[in-house]
Amino acid sequence: MYVAAKGGEAAIDNAHRLLAEMRRGDPAVPDLSVAQIREQMRLLVDRVMTEGSLHDPDLAALALKQARGDVVEAVFLVRAYRTTLPRFGASEPVETGAMTVSRRVSATFKDLPGGQVLGPTFDYTHRLIDFALAAGELPEPAAETEPGPDAGHCPRVTDILGEAGLLEPSPPEAGAPVGDLTREPVDYPADRAVRLQALARGDEGFVLALGYSTQRGYGRTHPFVGEIRYGEVELEMVPEELGFPVPLGRVPMTECQMLNQFRGSGAAPPQFTRGYGLVFGQCERKAMAMALVDRALRAAELGEAVSAPAQDQEFVLAHCDSLQATGFVEHLKLPHYVDFQAELELVRRLRAAHEAAISSAGEPVREAAE
Amino acid sequence: MPSSETPPEPFAPEVAARRAAMALAGSATRAELEDALRRAGLPAEAEDLRAPETGLVMARGRIGGDGRAFNLGEATVTRAAVRLPGGETGFAYHLGRDRPRARLAAILDAHWQNPERRAAIEAALAALAERRQREDEARARRVAATRVSFFTLARGDA
Repeated sequence: MYVAAKGGEAAIDNAHRLLAEMRRGDPAVPDLSVAQIREQMRLLVDRVMTEGSLHDPDLAALALKQARGDVVEAVFLVRAYRTTLPRFGASEPVETGAMTVSRRVSATFKDLPGGQVLGPTFDYTHRLIDFALAAGELPEPAAETEPGPDAGHCPRVTDILGEAGLLEPSPPEAGAPVGDLTREPVDYPADRAVRLQALARGDEGFVLALGYSTQRGYGRTHPFVGEIRYGEVELEMVPEELGFPVPLGRVPMTECQMLNQFRGSGAAPPQFTRGYGLVFGQCERKAMAMALVDRALRAAELGEAVSAPAQDQEFVLAHCDSLQATGFVEHLKLPHYVDFQAELELVRRLRAAHEAAISSAGEPVREAAE
Repeated sequence: MPSSETPPEPFAPEVAARRAAMALAGSATRAELEDALRRAGLPAEAEDLRAPETGLVMARGRIGGDGRAFNLGEATVTRAAVRLPGGETGFAYHLGRDRPRARLAAILDAHWQNPERRAAIEAALAALAERRQREDEARARRVAATRVSFFTLARGDA
């Protein structure tokens, strides 16, 4: 219960002024520009865009500056900003097969059209702190090679394997309305489109832990990375007044195709099942975790027992959003004076009754609280 | 559903050319758009059909990459709509929040509607196309250098 409490205005104003000063840090150190954050903290910006569910690198960078680097607070700022804007419509679904890839790897197929392209990755680094960065040394220029004849053509691995029938096909487009959890509350059971929307904006730590839990045996899915690709896709929308898709610009995305253990039935021969991940920017870990959890959440659909947290829709979807979670956890620090006063009264009465019982019986009474 | 033979360009030539011009304008900076108008010898004045405005477009993906659509997340988009004194109307929808930039692109789009000015616009956009191609090629070369070339180790028991 909340009650209006007067007082504290001056303290609040001053707390925010102090916050602003602390945010700036040592004035002898140059101020951090939004462009610097956007360019040099790119993966952090990508994470805020993905979990803020809003592609806008400058805005995400500014939110990070305002939030002193607190990801959940930055997500909060971005989500609040989006509520001030009108919705023009929905894009055409992006064609990830036509992505201009900067990175594309498969853990399942060594030789594939377009090749294994490592791109900018932490993989295979030694994870040794690089003190040269602290000294402000410029990196040596990236190596260059003439692209191979098939470099521009990177079919999705799932398209290649799918042709042989070894892989379950994607659920076909039926033209049904696309569920949107920012417009309608989630109904359980939620369909896969809504689940993917929730997972895409879900907290990376939470989704990662759930994905990990499936690997450790809480809803095993026997996953392989069919493919991870990162690069730019063209975003297009059909405005009513034009009637044809207008190119809005290029958006960087990471896609993960997870291939999982077979499923067969009397009617269908065994084939790999799939989990899917798609995020803004280069949030690769998140895309992988999302694909693991997407597959785990298909347990009921695929006739598997639903026994682990990662397979439980309500558990996953109701708790994966960092903003909802932080809202409920952090509200505990707001004044609860009246609530707590009532609890105090209650515990005092119970203690008085307990003492009275002891003194009359000469010994402690069990379950005095009842 | 598409037929087995998907045509390489699903749009009428006029629409395809307009889309290409829009994409170039969308990748340009505000200064580059001002420069393109100047080089085409066209005024940057127009009447607003709709004042430039920033809003949201829900970006959609497909389950599995090629399946049913789902909502991935939104993107900020700025749109503008203008009319020239000659009656041509132009539109722009751009990622981001730069209203003057969207308005300039809408003016370019409006001039592009007029067949007599189209060649001049296309010529002015050519510099942008070249820059974009140079950047794309440079990136492709850097990315290509990270492509793995596998070789098999001989195992002696041949």
